Order: sequence, then structure tokens, then C-alpha cells
Amino acid sequence: MLKKIATGAAFALALFPAASFAAGAAGKVIDYDFSFEGPFGTYDTNQLQRGLQIYTEVCAACHGLKQVPIRTLSDEGGPNMPEDQVRAYAAENFSIYDPIEDEDRPAKPTDHFPENNNAGAPDLSMMAKARAGFHGPYGLGLNQMFKGMGGAEYIASLMTGYTGETKEEAGTFFYENTAFPGGWISMGPPLDDELVEFIDGSPNDLESLSKDVSAFLMWTAEPKMMARKQAGFVGVLFLTVLSVLLYLTNKRLWAPHKGKENG
Amino acid sequence: MSGIPHDHYEPKTGGEKWLHSRLPIVGLIYDTIMIPTPKNLNWLWIWGIVLAFCLALQIVTGIVLVMHYTPHVDLAFASVEHIMRNVNGGHMIRYLHQNGASLFFIAVYIHIFRGLYYGSYKAPREITWIIGMLIYLLMMGTAFMGYVLPWGQMSFWGATVITGLFGAIPFIGEPIQTLLLGGPAVDNATLNRFFSLHYLLPFVIAGLVIVHIWAFHTTGNNNPTGVEVRRGSKEEAAKDTLPFWPYFVIKDFLGLAVVLLVFWAIVGFMPNYLGHPDNYIEANPLATPAHIVPEWYFLPFYAILRAFTSEVWVVQFASFITGGIIDAKFFGVLAMFGAIAVMALAPWLDTSRVRSGRYRPQFKWWFLLLVIDFFALMWLGAMPAEEPYATFSLIASAYWFGYFLVILPLLGVIEKPAEMPETIEADFDAHYGKSGGADATPAE
Repeated sequence: MLKKIATGAAFALALFPAASFAAGAAGKVIDYDFSFEGPFGTYDTNQLQRGLQIYTEVCAACHGLKQVPIRTLSDEGGPNMPEDQVRAYAAENFSIYDPIEDEDRPAKPTDHFPENNNAGAPDLSMMAKARAGFHGPYGLGLNQMFKGMGGAEYIASLMTGYTGETKEEAGTFFYENTAFPGGWISMGPPLDDELVEFIDGSPNDLESLSKDVSAFLMWTAEPKMMARKQAGFVGVLFLTVLSVLLYLTNKRLWAPHKGKENG
Repeated sequence: MSGIPHDHYEPKTGGEKWLHSRLPIVGLIYDTIMIPTPKNLNWLWIWGIVLAFCLALQIVTGIVLVMHYTPHVDLAFASVEHIMRNVNGGHMIRYLHQNGASLFFIAVYIHIFRGLYYGSYKAPREITWIIGMLIYLLMMGTAFMGYVLPWGQMSFWGATVITGLFGAIPFIGEPIQTLLLGGPAVDNATLNRFFSLHYLLPFVIAGLVIVHIWAFHTTGNNNPTGVEVRRGSKEEAAKDTLPFWPYFVIKDFLGLAVVLLVFWAIVGFMPNYLGHPDNYIEANPLATPAHIVPEWYFLPFYAILRAFTSEVWVVQFASFITGGIIDAKFFGVLAMFGAIAVMALAPWLDTSRVRSGRYRPQFKWWFLLLVIDFFALMWLGAMPAEEPYATFSLIASAYWFGYFLVILPLLGVIEKPAEMPETIEADFDAHYGKSGGADATPAE
């Protein structure tokens, strides 16, 4: 019996994430579906490219992505854009201060996305990993086993969570948001229906835009996710085979010493 | 070197003899891996190998991480992202190291509780137990300092809270805290000394692991019955034991492979599940996170630390007796370290002459309650410091101390133990049948 308890305890420990105890008074996070969820989930290249467009046209006005090298836009397992397109994108959209020439120059793929904290806006490079969606039940975080950590869901819920109510406190405007912890956020609603037009005519209602930009930010936070899951899959397969072989070896090795279970 | 009689290494060729008379290293290795091991060890005895593997994993991945990491407050956070994004395979190495710490602690907790249940701490294995407790303390120190290195929000604020504990020690606390931090607050000097110590301590642990193994190779392993191996002669000992190689090496590897299967799946598919989202925000001394929560493996002792507030009568009493030298904060620190100290003293607190919990009908239930208590404390450590959690924490902390200080000493006197098998061989045969008997079918 105690053996079972100990095994159970080991599992319970493994299921006990400290992650589940993030910020208190958590807002309501909707469990949106994303293509990258679950062990076999992958990024949707087109969605990442749409998300990049939304980021560039909207978010980049205030938020930076300083940890992300622009060249990684052409990574496989990411937005997978052609290199010349990335070069043109960098030059058109961002300029970088060159300390030697003492002047701004167009950004190159080898540069990072610029830092930007207009109006105190936080950097978004790792935002999708710096937030979690689901913590229950009883703060145990078990539902994150099934729903994922929920960073992308949190961002999408934040984009769609504005109620339209505003208030002013000490000269600052706050906007009511059902996803934001505490309920009032100082960022105005950044997205709206048809705010961004896609060249291929993809849906651009608020919810679609929110999900696209959240998927893009999941990629900026975890650019190697596809490689990681692949390594995970190969390793699990290998260790399964190894375990079976060791099981058979062990059984045979011990058989002469175990009267009942010879075989 | 072992107390159990068995065959030793005999150098045969001229070369072997030449080496053996100068450096008996082959003999040492032979005696170590051929050590007679009780043949009735169950699957709870695999965690030692898992722990050895964890130490190796952490050292190897750690050495690679150091090649790319920069210990400076302005650069540390970005250098970890550099590892995650630009270093070949860096994201896997980093996630292995990060989750390796969790595997390390899962293994050590099961290993410790196995020892507590089967009485592995009792004579003559007290030294093994004490060395083990020292390793556990060093592990906690190493893990804590390692968590500071990525320089995220939880790194910074965790370091602030935990080093603050040392400041609670009367008279000498503040100089100790300043020495730990390298200044008045957590800053670059702190990061640098934590980095230095985080690299050093694993090698100290490795040294202690050798002593730990040396100690229990001298006394022989404990086993689920707690009955000692017969040592009258080689033949007698051979009835109770099998050599470590190949029997237990293969068995341990099987256990390790299954554990790693689960571990690898977590690293591959949910590497941030056991971490804290706030640590993906760069450290900011001006913004305190809403909840500062330690990693899961510290939570039980963190709960004990917080349980003793100034409203608790024991704390008020201690404060009154000492003229205020022991305040609530210092009491909490004493309680936290005391919780580990009473566990380290288990060999002398447990008065029962029966080693294994298997033959102690009352002990079983108190032990089960201790396991539940441990999980309860872990959960409470993550909850906010408010009611009803504060009261629960106090009750759970009281049971932790009660188990070691009251229940273990008393049980040995009042409990009537169940009947034990005469020998390990008898236990093994009762379980698996007598080997080589008439009804035994030959191996395929």
C-alpha cells in the first residue's frame, strides 16, 4: 500500500506547479483554441505572419520586442518568411541608432526589434510566457495540464475583454477589462474589428485579430517550440524502447532467483 | 571495505598485480560495484541512482550554460534569452537544467521519505543519514542561488526575501545578510557571488555523495524488512544478497529509464509547467510582484517559516522569555531550519527497536499522516498569508514537529510490533517463491 502511496506522491509532486500561483484577483481568461497547443501542436505560419502585421501596424507604436532578432522571422518553425522579404521588412519599418555614425540607419535582419516603452508599455518579447491563464482548482494548477499555461489565451482575452467602461484616477485613464487582474488597465483598447486589412482577405474581426497577434507573441516568446516538441517526441520514443528492453532484460536476469515467476 | 563477506578482487596477470600493489583502484571499483545487496529491495530503492543521474545532468548542462551566460545585472536576463534563441540546442539544455532541478527534488523527497518509512536512518546508518541531510541542505542552497541567475522578477524578489531571513538573526544577522548580498541590497555583487557558489556547491555535493555511498557500503544497504544481512560466512550472506552488478544496476537503469521518460516528456511538451511566469519578466527593483512564491520544492518549509506569526502564543512566549530577542521573524527562521534539524535527528528520536515501518502497525498511520502533512504544507506555502491558511499552516507545522519530537520517541515504547521474517531470504522467498524448487520451470 505504501509503495502505491509513494508512487502516487511522486506523481502528485510532478503535477504541482508553482506556476499556478501567479497574480491574485485573476481576471477571466477564455480558453481560445490555438494550433500550437498540446504535444503535437505546431505554429500556423500564416497566422504568425498575420500576427506580425498586426504587431507592426498597431502594437509596435508603444511596445518593443527587444529580445527578438529580426532575422528569426525567416526561421522554419516560425513565420518562415523569405530572407529578402525580411530584409525589406526590417528596413521599411524600423530604424536603429548607429553609435559610430551618430545617426539612425534602417534596421537590418541582424538587428533585434527595437526597444520601445512609449507610455510605459512593457516589452512583449516574452509576454506570452510571463502570463498564465488558468490556475485552478484550488490554486493547484491541474487544469494547466489540459489547457496549457494559457499565456496566449490571456493576451487574446485581454484584447477582447474591454467592456467599454472608463474611469479617471489622478489624471490617468483606466479602461475596464474582464481579463486584466484587478479589472482596470491603463492601455486603451488596441484592436477593433477591421482595424488591420490582410492582403489575402483573412477574417479581421476583433477575435481573429486578437488570436493572430497572441499566436505571434507566443512565437516571439518561444521561438524554438517546434524543435523542442520534436526533440521531446524523439526522446520519448527512444526512452520507451529503452524501458521495454530494460524491462525484458531485468525480468530475464532475475528470473532464476524468483521461484514463482520464472519465464 | 564492506562489512558483508564477499569475494574480493584478485589481480591475476602481471600488469594487474603491478598496478594493484601500487594503486588498488581496480579493486576499489570492483568491490564497489560487486557489493552484496539485499535481494528484496523494492522499487523505492531506485531513487539513489536517479539522484546520482540528476547531479551529473545538472553539472553537465550547467557547464554548457555557463559558456553562454553572463553574470551581470544588465546582461544576465538577455544572456539567458540568447541561450534560448541563438545557441544551438540551447533551449533544450536550459529547459533540461531548469526542470532537472525539479526532478532532483522529487527524487530526493521520495528518497528521504523512503528512508523515514523503512527506518534507514537507524543504527548503524546514522552517518549515512546525516550526510544525506547535509547534501539536501546544500541542494536547497544551490537551487535557490541557481534560481536567482536568470535575473527575472521572481529571482530578484526571492533573493530579497530569503536573504532577509538571515537578517532576522539577532545581533549577527545584519552583517551576515550584508556579506551574503555583497552590499545593502540584492544587486550585481549578489548575482556574482551566487553565480560563483552555484558553480562550486555541486562539486561539494559530489564529494559528499561519495562519502554517503562509502558510509552505506560500509554498513550495507537497508532493505524493506529492516532485517540485517546474515554475515556469518560468505555462503550465508549470499543467501540474502545478490551482487550490485548486474542485478541492481539493470534494475536501477530500468527505473531510471521510466523516470526519464516522464521527465523528458515534461521538458519536451510542458517545460514551463513547474516554473513561474513572473520569472520571464526581467528583474525590476522598483516593482514588487503581487505574490512572491518560492519554487515548489521549498514550499513546505516556506509554509513553516510563515506559520509562526506574532499572534501565535508560542512565539509570544518565546519573545517574552528572551526579552524580545526572539521575535516572530527569527522564530519563523528557527522553525524552518528546526524542521530540517528534527528530521536529521530522527536516528536518536526514534526509540523503536524495529527498523522497518512494515512491521510497525501504529507507525504506519502516523507516517502516512506525515506524508499528507508534507503535501498540505506544500500547498499552504503557495497560498496567501491569510486565514484560513495561516491556521492550517500552524496545525500542519505542529504535526511536522510533533511527529519527530513526540510520536517517534513515544511509539517505540507503546507500540507492539508485528512479527518480522527471520531473514531477508525468507522475506524474498515468501514473495517470489523458493528459487530452483521442484515446481520451478527453467528460464526460456
